[in-house]
Parts: sequence; structure tokens; C-alpha cells
Amino acid sequence: MRPVYMISGGITKFAKAHPEKDFRLMVKEAFDYAMADVPALDRREIDGSVCSYFSDHFTRQLKAGAMVQDYLGLCSKPSRRVEGGGATGGLSFQSGWEAVASGRMDVCLVMGFETMSRVNTWKGNEFIALASDTNFDFPVGGFYTGYYAMMVRRHMHEFGTTVEQMAKVAVKNHANALHNPYAQSPARLTIDDVRSAPMVATPLTILDCCQMSDGAAVTILASEEAASRLGAAPVLISGVGSGTDAMRMADRPHGKVPLLPHENEADYAHLKYPGVHSFRGGRSAAALAYRMAGISDPLRELDFVELHDAYTSSEIQTYEDLGLCRYGEGGSFVDAGAPFMPNIDYGLEFSGENRWPRIPVNPSGGLLACGHPVGATGLMQAIFAFWQLQGTIEKHLGDATLQLPEPKRGLIHSHAGTGTYITVSILEGV
Amino acid sequence: MNKNAKLPETEDGTALFNLDPIIIKYHYEIEYLHSYAQDSPFFAGLAKGRLLGSRCGACSYTYATPRSHCMECGGATEWVELPQRGRIHTFTTCHFGGEAFLKETPFTLILVEFDGVDTLFLSRLIGAEPDEAAIGMPVRARFVRNSKFKPTDVYFVPA
Repeated sequence: MRPVYMISGGITKFAKAHPEKDFRLMVKEAFDYAMADVPALDRREIDGSVCSYFSDHFTRQLKAGAMVQDYLGLCSKPSRRVEGGGATGGLSFQSGWEAVASGRMDVCLVMGFETMSRVNTWKGNEFIALASDTNFDFPVGGFYTGYYAMMVRRHMHEFGTTVEQMAKVAVKNHANALHNPYAQSPARLTIDDVRSAPMVATPLTILDCCQMSDGAAVTILASEEAASRLGAAPVLISGVGSGTDAMRMADRPHGKVPLLPHENEADYAHLKYPGVHSFRGGRSAAALAYRMAGISDPLRELDFVELHDAYTSSEIQTYEDLGLCRYGEGGSFVDAGAPFMPNIDYGLEFSGENRWPRIPVNPSGGLLACGHPVGATGLMQAIFAFWQLQGTIEKHLGDATLQLPEPKRGLIHSHAGTGTYITVSILEGV
Repeated sequence: MNKNAKLPETEDGTALFNLDPIIIKYHYEIEYLHSYAQDSPFFAGLAKGRLLGSRCGACSYTYATPRSHCMECGGATEWVELPQRGRIHTFTTCHFGGEAFLKETPFTLILVEFDGVDTLFLSRLIGAEPDEAAIGMPVRARFVRNSKFKPTDVYFVPA
């Protein structure tokens, strides 16, 4: 394997609907932006592509990836489609990484999109629920918000997590997005706003959930030689990991916690894991990525995280899987203000507990506020992380508020189903 | 040869949703022939008022759902009748849902835990108001009389 760098990214605005552009044109827009950001990069330099989109039901078009490839003028170069539910973007990003790491390609385009506006929200929820077992789970009342509601209900039971702690995640991510022009639903919210919003599946209100979106995003990955030849300002992808869990969450075991290097077995003497309260696929993805990147204490060796907050609850659950805090501490981690941006006033009082240093989580606004056009989402995270590490947030967002001071290393996390596919990738400034 | 040939036209139109850009609306429906294959005995069991799980012949791990091979060791499993009484492991009341279930809202989903069984079972709870459901609450299985060969042929009520 050889080192792989991200050398450019581009993204469309995520919105409820983009009926004036089909998926090919949305990807083209993101692609042109990414190409323009590295002037020496010519289309001829791109050796091939990976296309990232989730649902054939939403596109109502099989082999849509081939249509994007031809629209971008990349035929007859190699291309493939990668699909893995909500983690489609993260899996595609890692597939592009593999193409370059293996030497098969010097420059690989990873391009993602989703057009969810073609059906109404409830049909969209049904399409998404078809990514649960259609023999045993879907027919009982297939609805992902319902599944996540059951998972967090158990997290609340095991660890005392509260709906107010979850609401604070919504407050944070929507407020961060006020400074991100690509975001679908920036907003200044209070805990009361979140709790008094329409209930979707107890205890999750509509503001605990991400929205359906149309949007596209692309990343361009390159070998060291190509990155330096093209005069890009590259960011190293220093670790990749992924993990899985049972398709039916009812089938998950209740066993032992796989430990990260900074944890002890005694921390979890009485915890049955993962049950339905945690995501062992996320733990597996993190452990593999940390090992490759040489990270032993993630909280202190990472400067920010862009994680898959399809729900406020899953952001809290994911802090724990990633080892930012111990299992059970996710709620207190929020109360302490650890995942909040240091320079934004959220209108919240923090607990003053100083066990954890600040580690901004979802400075971009995450899925909750940016939107979740599934195939583009995992790439969106890569792009915002890339711009953070390049120090070019102001250039790309037209607002410097979300730029962290000299971040060295960031983590991106992509998540599918009830935790069935999860990826973690580590990006580092060079 | 007819140089004035015309394609015969019909009177049916297209539902136009928007003009700029042009958005058309159409219906899409498919009939599937879907086999439950090796999981068929589970559905046959529901029709007879029995709840069948799977027990691994090699490691004895017991699943509350059908799976003919063990996730822990790969061994073949045997059908085992589950107790029809269990407890709520977790629950939610859905006020919205996928389109197929919208008309049924609000409905309560539960994961049921059974003594002596290692995994859980997803089902609906009826006969309890949303605020009456609680983790640990004892529940009992009931079966529909006119079996539909769906996992909803079984549901749970407070025990």
C-alpha cells in the first residue's frame, strides 16, 4: 500500500429539492468546483471513478452511476458503483482510497449524490426502511426513526441519557450550520424548540432527525507523486477502518466491549455489549482506523470529528463508539460542552465538568443541519474535513467562523442501517 | 409506403406536476413472488399459534428470530419453540412512519426479551397506551386468527 491524499472536493448546496437539476448535473456542478480548485488538474489526469448513491428506488434508474460517468466525460475510464445504505459515501471514499493505495489508479474521483425529492417524505421513509430486513423488520412497521428511538430508549435506560442532552446536539449542529452556506437547515434553536417540535417516534422529535435532501459531492484522491505534481494542497488519509453488525438489530449479541487502547476491561464490567444501545460496527471501524493512523488516545489526538448524526441520539451513541468518552458518558460529554465549537454562542449553559478537552463534533452542522442526500453525505464530511485541515474554510464557505485554529487531524464517520455498515477515516494535514 | 403515416394517438394524458422545470407524475407498482425459503417454518408456526426461534446445534446459542445458521459459530440451527411470555426490552410509539404504515399511526414497536433466549424479537404492542409501555414490562404473545404469513401475525399485549 502507498499513501493516499485527498487533493480536492466540491459540493452542491443540500436542499429539500433541486428539481431544476438532475443527479448528473448536480454531480457535474460539484465536480467542476473540485476541478477548479486544483488548476493544474485536467480531466485527463483522472484515472477512474467510484460512484456513490444509495437507492435505486429514489433514482428510479438502475446503473445511474454510468450516466454520471458519461455526463462528466470520463468514458471510457474505469468506474464502479458502491452501495451500503447510509454509509454509502464513507464506503465509496474508502473504495477510492483502495484504488489509489493499491497503485491501480494515481488519481481517483469519488462522486456521490442522492435525489430524495422524487417521492414524498413518507414514501422516502418507506424506501429507506427497505434497508431493514424486509421479511422480519420492515413489515412490523418499518421506520428508521422508530428503530433509532428504540435504540436510544435503551441507551437512556442503561446510562441515564436524557432527551435534553439529545436536544443540545440539535442546538449545536443547527447553530454551526448558520455559518455553512451549503447546509439545508441552519437554525438557532433552544432545547424547548427541539422538545416541543412534532413527535416522530418517542422520544425523538422531528428536530432530533435529519431531513431528506437532494445534493451531490465529489472528492478527488491522489498518490503522493500525483498530488505534488499537480501542485495541490493535499491532506493525507492516514487511516481507514470499517465494521458491520447484524441486519436485524434484534439479533445483536449482549457480550463484551471490544476495548480501544486507552480503555480498561474494568470500565465495562457490567455492560452487555453492544445490545441495541451501541454500535459495535462503529467501534470496529474506529479501532481499525486508529491502529492504521497510530492513534492511541483519540480524544487528545484528534482535533475535530464529522460524524453521521442522522439522529441526535446516534451522535451521542457514536461519541462512545469512537472512544471520545467512555460508554455511558455520551450525555455528560454533551452537558460539559466538549463537542461544541469554542467560538460560537449556543445560548446553553455547560456543566463545567472538565474531564474532556473540547473536540468540536460536526462543526459543519452534520447531517442534522446540512441534510442527508445519502450518497453525497459521507463525501460531504470528507470535504468539510479537508477544508478544515487545509485551513480554507473561509475561502470555501465565505465565513471563517467554523475554521478551527490549525487543526492537525480530523475523523470522518459514515453509518448505515441500525449500524450494519460503518466507516471511519482519519485525515491529516501535511 | 405511406409518406403521410401517422402514429395512432390515445386520449390518456400525463399528470403534469410542474411546468418549469417540467415534472411529470406517474404510478409505479410491482407484484413480487417472494419465497421465505428456509425461514418458511417460522411463518407456518405463526399460523398454528407457535413462536419459533432457532437454537444452534453446536454452541446452543438461541435466537428469537429464524436463522438456519448460527451467527456466533456458523453451525446449523434447529427450530425451538419460544416462550410466549417475555418482557419489553425497549419500545417506541411511532407517530409517523413509512407510507405503508401511516394509516396505522400511532403504533408502538417493542423488542421483546425472553428467558433462556440470547436475542430479541421485534413486534407490535397493543392494549397499552403509549405512556403505559415500560422497559421490563411483562408481555404475552397473541396471534391473528386469519394468518397473513407476515411477522405481524404475532403481536404482544400486556401480560
